[in-house]
Order: sequence, then structure tokens, then C-alpha cells
Amino acid sequence: MSGTTNDAPSSTPTTPVPAWEELVTTALLGTDRRTPPGAVPGRDAPVALLDAAAVTTVRRRAGIRPVRAAARPEPAAPDWRPPLPPAATRRLTTLLTDRPGTGGGRRGAAPDLMELLPQWLALANAYGYAAPPETLPALLDAARGRTDLRPAVLAFAGARALWLARLNPDWRFALRAAPGGGAALPGPDAPERVRQLWQEGLFSERVALLTAMRVRDAASAREVLSSTWATERAEDRLMFLDTLRTGLEAADEPFLEAALADRSRNVRATAAELLSALPDSALARRMAQRATACVAVDHTGSASAASGAPTIVVEAPHECDPGMERDGVLPKAPAGRGERSWWLGQLVEAAPLGAWSRRFGGRTPEEIVALPVADDWQGELHGAWCRAAVRQRDPGWSRALLGAPSAPEAGGPGAVSLAERAKLLATLEGGERAEWVAGFIATHGLSEAFQLLGVCAVPWAPPLGRAVVDALNIARDAGSYPWSFSGVMGLAERCLDPAETVRLEPLTATPEDAEDAAPGAGGYWAEAFQRLTTTLRLRATMSAELAPPGGS
Amino acid sequence: MTQQGVRWTAEQVLALAPDAASRKAGSKLAVAGPWSSAGTSDEGTVWGLCKGSGSKPYQTVIDVADSTGPAYKCSCPSRKFPCKHALGLLLLWAGDDTAVPPGQAPDWAQQWLAGRRTRAAERTTRTDAASGATSADPEAARRRAERRADRITAGAAELEQRLTDLFRGGLAAAEQAGYALWEETAARMVDAQAPGLASRVRELGAMPGSGPGWPVRLLEECALLHLLDQGWLRRDHLPEGLAATVRSRIGLSGSPDGPPVRDQWLTLAQYDTADSRLTTRRIWLYGTGSGRTALLLSYGAAGRAPELSLPVGLAFEAEVAAYPGAGQLRAALGERFTAPEPSSVRPPGITPSEAAARYGEALQDDPWLDAYPVTLTRVIPAPDGDSWQLIDADSELALPLTSSARSRPGLWRLMALSGGAPVTVFGECGHLGFTPLTAWAAERKDAQGSTGQTVALC
Repeated sequence: MSGTTNDAPSSTPTTPVPAWEELVTTALLGTDRRTPPGAVPGRDAPVALLDAAAVTTVRRRAGIRPVRAAARPEPAAPDWRPPLPPAATRRLTTLLTDRPGTGGGRRGAAPDLMELLPQWLALANAYGYAAPPETLPALLDAARGRTDLRPAVLAFAGARALWLARLNPDWRFALRAAPGGGAALPGPDAPERVRQLWQEGLFSERVALLTAMRVRDAASAREVLSSTWATERAEDRLMFLDTLRTGLEAADEPFLEAALADRSRNVRATAAELLSALPDSALARRMAQRATACVAVDHTGSASAASGAPTIVVEAPHECDPGMERDGVLPKAPAGRGERSWWLGQLVEAAPLGAWSRRFGGRTPEEIVALPVADDWQGELHGAWCRAAVRQRDPGWSRALLGAPSAPEAGGPGAVSLAERAKLLATLEGGERAEWVAGFIATHGLSEAFQLLGVCAVPWAPPLGRAVVDALNIARDAGSYPWSFSGVMGLAERCLDPAETVRLEPLTATPEDAEDAAPGAGGYWAEAFQRLTTTLRLRATMSAELAPPGGS
Repeated sequence: MTQQGVRWTAEQVLALAPDAASRKAGSKLAVAGPWSSAGTSDEGTVWGLCKGSGSKPYQTVIDVADSTGPAYKCSCPSRKFPCKHALGLLLLWAGDDTAVPPGQAPDWAQQWLAGRRTRAAERTTRTDAASGATSADPEAARRRAERRADRITAGAAELEQRLTDLFRGGLAAAEQAGYALWEETAARMVDAQAPGLASRVRELGAMPGSGPGWPVRLLEECALLHLLDQGWLRRDHLPEGLAATVRSRIGLSGSPDGPPVRDQWLTLAQYDTADSRLTTRRIWLYGTGSGRTALLLSYGAAGRAPELSLPVGLAFEAEVAAYPGAGQLRAALGERFTAPEPSSVRPPGITPSEAAARYGEALQDDPWLDAYPVTLTRVIPAPDGDSWQLIDADSELALPLTSSARSRPGLWRLMALSGGAPVTVFGECGHLGFTPLTAWAAERKDAQGSTGQTVALC
């Protein structure tokens, strides 16, 4: 502030005081070289300098004045959402205090608060509360470190967080994450702005625009995309094409058919993939024709030993003709795979699943999957059907391919891998999904269940929750250490319904170590279950705190 | 003694934590799970049993309403104070009425409380006896004080000599002399029993390396040090108030001699500064009845939090006595009559121009003052190039923020709170700029008529 005081009126001296600049110069050079104004040279000169400087310093400080104001910031838009209940505000502060990097080591019985933040945010957003302004910096810092938190944090933090992010480079991510850098995208009522943004915008802005338009009105998004399609760069064409996944419809077919002739192989492959997800498209029909030509039912019984039961026989394509290639089949097999089975897999994956029922005399998916397959083609064929069921989001086929959760091969390396099972599960409705995974855990235990649990809806449905707790209890009795199950424990803390706490209560006591158990395992299990129950209680308290006042 | 139902906020509890790790550990224990038989009494006691890794739960009890600040007792082996269990229990108590219900303290908690009260009573008696002892031999005390004054006089004279030598040769040479010269001089001042001089001298050592404009800053600080030396050497000629100020600036602390002022005191701010030897805690209080502002200082050994801790935004009734010295704001906390509780009283605010003038006036009583506490009303925080300002909403004037304030996370809480709209800010205003310490949002129209939340910025 002292910089503004030199011309302050208060520095008009009443007694002759040397100018400050002169004192500074003298001080720098030394009184041996330069005598301070108004002093005698020699022994007392430094004292005279210090005396004068002391008077001037106090005078300067006493005369400080405000400076001229800089430009005022544009005020943030008011947030009209209701404020958080006070208890929820306190909880949020506590959750945000728990930063990773402090503490560390074994987790002990205390809950991991940072892991509860996603649920807290989801609830707060569901109620539509406004974030308390003073928590915004901590929220933005948390989202900066954890990309998975960003969408929920930015929704909760609202417009004021973007206002704040414009002032602090550390929070730039918030502007990038918000479509159009925080500015609202033009709507359908502003065709001119849409056209301008599409033609002049940055790549990310154009993708955001296209995605937003696709959600609102698939046709106009397609129209905008077609208008410049021919002049876009290949990698941009690929990204733009990808936006068509949202709201894919029959009307997209001509555009996608045209893209099958694209210069870029990746664009061609994506166009083919999208077309194959439209069961009535010409491409899907062509693929069905090709695929069904390769697979037949042999009733003669020659392929299956003695029984005479119908058996599926496979005759993989002998060549990848230009027509197949044009429809997105990649001719070159990856290392270690036979060319013919590679081509077959792609044909079956892209063929509409409805075609198989017709091909196999009206059999249901279950009946088709149950048919024996000759000559070791089962893995290839079932794998391709799985990919098709996921791509076409067909629950009937998914159910058939998943089979019974208690089947012996469901837990082991059967025809369908766990990763594929997880994807198939995702096409089923939540309750059915939970039921299947519960059955799987009851038979096969937890060691293989992690991936499958990840696709289940939160909080876990009661049968699933019970299955997990029972399996943990069995694992404890088996005498191993709990950290073999830390992944599932962590999931349970986040996903188990707090209502299950009562059932967990007996498990929190420290049991006597059994003869054959790992040393001290019982204590660690008790600690793990304590953390689980504590976390569940906390989650229940959290959601009670967030309930709007007045509501029950 | 205290009222049922007055519970602290999580921030206020967390402010008691000795370090960040304790804050984290305490937050994790702020859930009902590990606690059993928790409760709170009308007298302001909170207790509970915490399940630890051992078979026997830890016994944790806190006396929130003690007149010398919250007191803790926990059977855990932690050497941190308060331990994570005490923090966790207080957080639980603050956040969850059902988890810590009102009740009768169990025997083990009662015993500790009774022991404390007895000891407190004994301490009062002993202090009375001790003060009797000092007055018993005033002659010896006078001789001790004289000897110390002589040493300080010798030290001040030596320091004057060093300053004279420095300015004879010029400050340009001081840049080469480096830190060692000042360190040695500071050590001489410690020997001379003048800690105030020593710390000022130590600060001089860092100035030649402090960036552009350092000769001006060094000249200013040398001149004020010279002024302090001269003040000491001629203290007999100074008016009593100024002489007392000189004595306290030199480092002769004296004891609070002002009349005790009983008032409802609002805690405006609390912050720590630390060097390698000492943690200093500054607590600003505002007397809601008297309108007085007072500064409490408390100290902790290096790395340890000072014991006195008052939750920002809460008010309590207590006696406060001023230290000697003209314009002195430093005071000592005497007896406390109530536990801290929420208060809607806010200090009246002034404009940036009035704040600058207030600092200037305060220099009349204490020319060594770096900053003066003020509450600004209707100011808008705003960036100004690399720097920041608090702009008067009703004029074209602003106060720049100090460089230390610019680098603190509190700056962003202040910005977030304001959102470009005027806010009320308490802080320290001085020649280096303004340091915001606490802020209150303008009243929100949609918030159920409550006054703006107190937001600590430090």
C-alpha cells in the first residue's frame, strides 16, 4: 500500500524532512560517501539518517490510503436452489476434511469418508440443494484430484463454481468439463448460433454441440453433421460418428450406409457396427444372410455321437470377399487366430439375433444355446452371440447365454468369460441382475464376483446383499485374512443397503482364533465388519441429514 | 453453568485439533459405530466409550464448559492433545443429538471431573499464596528488574552501534554481508534479554533476499529498530503509555494490569504462526457489549498447538484484562462464565478509507504497529492483475490484500462466499495491505431469515 502514499497530501512536511528517495539513495551508498540532507558529515551522519528515516517511515505508514479499485468482477448468477439443512452442511465439511494422503497404512475400523462423498453428492443433487458457497473451493479441489467425482461435484457446485474456476487456473478442468466452457450451448431456437458454433467452434465444442443436439433431436444433429461431413478430418469423422450411438434410429441408415464407403477404415468399421445394431438395416440383413449360411443344424446324428440329437454344425467362411469387407469385416486376423474363425465371429456378432430363431426352426434362445456344437466351434459361436446380445441389448439372448448362476461353468472358464457375463448382465433389468449375481455368489463365493457386483444397482437389492454378507461370513470361517476380500468389502461399504446393518451386528465381535486359521485373522475380520457397519450407519445418517426439513 | 442444547459446529471442533492428521482421524471417529454409552450433561461434560483395537474400550471425557477452555481426558495411549477420540466424540456430539443424548455422567467421568475441580480450587489458593510471596520481597524483585534493564540498555547501545556502522558503509554492502551478520546480532540481543529486539533483527536478515524494493523495506525496518532503541534508552522521558509500549515491544512482557472487563465476547478469528521454536496463536475477540476489540496470545512449543482454543463465530461471557501500553489491544482472558455459543452479533463495519485512517491513528500510540484489526463492510473481493483487492462497493477505492493473504486457501473461500457481491470482512489492515481473517455473507433472501454464516478464512 505504501506505493500509493508518495503523493498523499499528508506527506506535506511541517518540519523539513528530506525526501524519501533521497534517504534511500543515501542509505544504499552509505553516509561515508554521501551526507544525508540536513546533517553534518562524520560520526553522527548515520544517526541523522536513521532519525529522518524513522520519522518518514511512520509518516508514510500513517498516511496510507486506499488504492484505486480494479475492475469489479461480474457477479455470479444467483443460485435459487434451496440451501442445505445445517446438519448436512456440517457433514459435507467433515467429508471434505478427509483428504487422501493424510494418515495411511492399515485402514482399521474407521470408515473411509472420501468414499462416501459420491453418495452424498448423488443424494444432494437428487434433492436439488445449492452448495454452501464457502465449501466450493474444497469441492473443486476434491474434484480436481478425482475425475470420477467431477460430474456430481459440478452439478452440485452450480454456476458459482464455474464463476470461481475462471479466476483460478487450478480449476480449469471445471470449465472444460462443462459443455461449451460453462457458457450455455445454443438451443434449437438459435439455428444461426448453432451453425456458427459448428463451423467455427473448437473440436471439443463441436462434439459437445453435436451430442447435445443428438439428445434433443436426432435428425437435426444428423443434418448438421452431413453438412460438413466430406471436409472433416478422418479422426474427427470418427468422433462425430460416435455421437450417433445416442438415439440411433432407422433414419440414420442412409447416412451410415454412405459412411461404409469412407476413406478411413476406422470410420467404415464404426459405421458397420452402428448399422448392425439396427436389426432392420440392409447391412444387418446382409450379415444375417452370411452368418446363417455358415451355421446349420444337423439332424442326421452323424456329428453327435450315437444319440441322434440335433447338433449345430459350423462351416466358417472360406474367404473375406469385398462385400464383407465393405460391410466392416476386418479381413486380417490378429496374431494367433485362424482367419476363418475370425471372419465367422465378426459375421455372427453383426447379424441380428432374431435371425437365428428363424434359422433353427423357431427355437427359443435357450433352446439354441443348449444345442451341442460340433467340432469345438462352441466357444467361438457363443462368444460371438454374447457380443451380439450386448451390442443389440437383447435381454432374452443375454439370459440364455448367462445360463443358470449356479451352473458349474458359470464360475469357471466356460464358453462365456466373467467379463462377458458382466456385460450381458448390464442388459438385464436391475432386479433380475441382482438375483442372478446373488445366485452366482451363493454357489461360487466371492473371489470371482467382483466384476459382476460392479454392474449391480446401488443400494444392492436385499437378496444380493444377503448373499454377499453370507459369503463374507463363510470366508471368515474359512480362516483367511480379510484383505483377500478388500475389494468386495470396499464395494459393500458403498453399495450395501444400510438396512442390512442389523444383520452384520453379530459379525463385529472378535472371535476366538480357530486352530487352522491365519494368526489374528479373527480380529482383523471383526475390524473389517466394524468398519462396514460403521460406514453403513454413517450412510443412513447422511441420507437422513439430507432429507428436506418438513418432509418425513 | 452452561445451557443444555448448545452444541458446537464441526468447524469449531476441528479447530481444536493439534494437526491435520488428528483432524482426519477424529472425523473418522465421528460416527455412532465405535461409541457406546456416550452422553452429555447439563454442566457441559461429554463422555463416551470408544471401541479401539484392544479388548477394553477407551474412556473419553471432555469438559467443554471449563473456565480455562475445553479439558480432555482419554485412556488411549496417544500423546496428541486432544486425541482423536476426544475430537471424534466432540464431532459426534456436535452433529448428532441422538448419538450423544443428555444424561448422568458415569462414575469414571465423575471422578475425573471432581479431581479437576479440586485441583482448580487448589491452584487458585496457590496463586494467591504465590502473589503474596512476590510482594513479600519487593526489594529482590526490584534488583532483578534493574539488572535486566541494564543488560537491555547495553544490548540496545550495541545494536545502535551496529546500525550506525551499517549505514556508514551503505545498504548496498549489506546484500553481500548476508544472513550470518544478522543472526549473530540477534543472538547478542537474546543474551541481552531483549527478545523483541532479537526477533526484529532476525527479520532484517531475510530482507536483502526478499525481491525488488528490498532497500526500501530494509531502511524502514532499520529506522523503526533505531526508533525502538532510542525509545528504550530514553524511556524515562516518554509519557507512561508510550514507555509501556516500548517495554512490551522490547520484550518485557509485563502482566495485564487493566481493569477486568466483563462482557459477552465474540471470537472473530483464531490463527497460528510458527517458527522453529514456538507456535504463536492469535485470537481476536469482540466485546459485544463494550464494542472493544481484544487480542489474546497463547503459545505452544514448536510443533504443538497452543492450549487455548476458541471457536470462531461463537460468543461467551468472560472477564478480559488489558496489558499495559498506550493503544494496546493485547489482553488476558480471565474467568469464563459461560461456554461458547452461537451469536448473531456482528462487529459494526467501516469503509476501506476509514480502515486505513484507523491504522494511521493507531500508529500514534504504537509506531511499530504493522496492522490494526478492522471490520470492513460492503466490500467486494476482486483480482487485480497478480494481486487482489477488497473494493468498496460504494466508491472507487480499494484495499490491496497482503501477499501472505494472497497465497492462502482462505482467499478462495472469501471469493466463493462473495461471488462478486459485497460481503463483510474482519481482518488486519496495515502498511502491507489487508489480511482477511473472517467473513460473513450478505444475508441471503432465500435463507430462512438467518444472519450470514461466519466463515473462517485462516
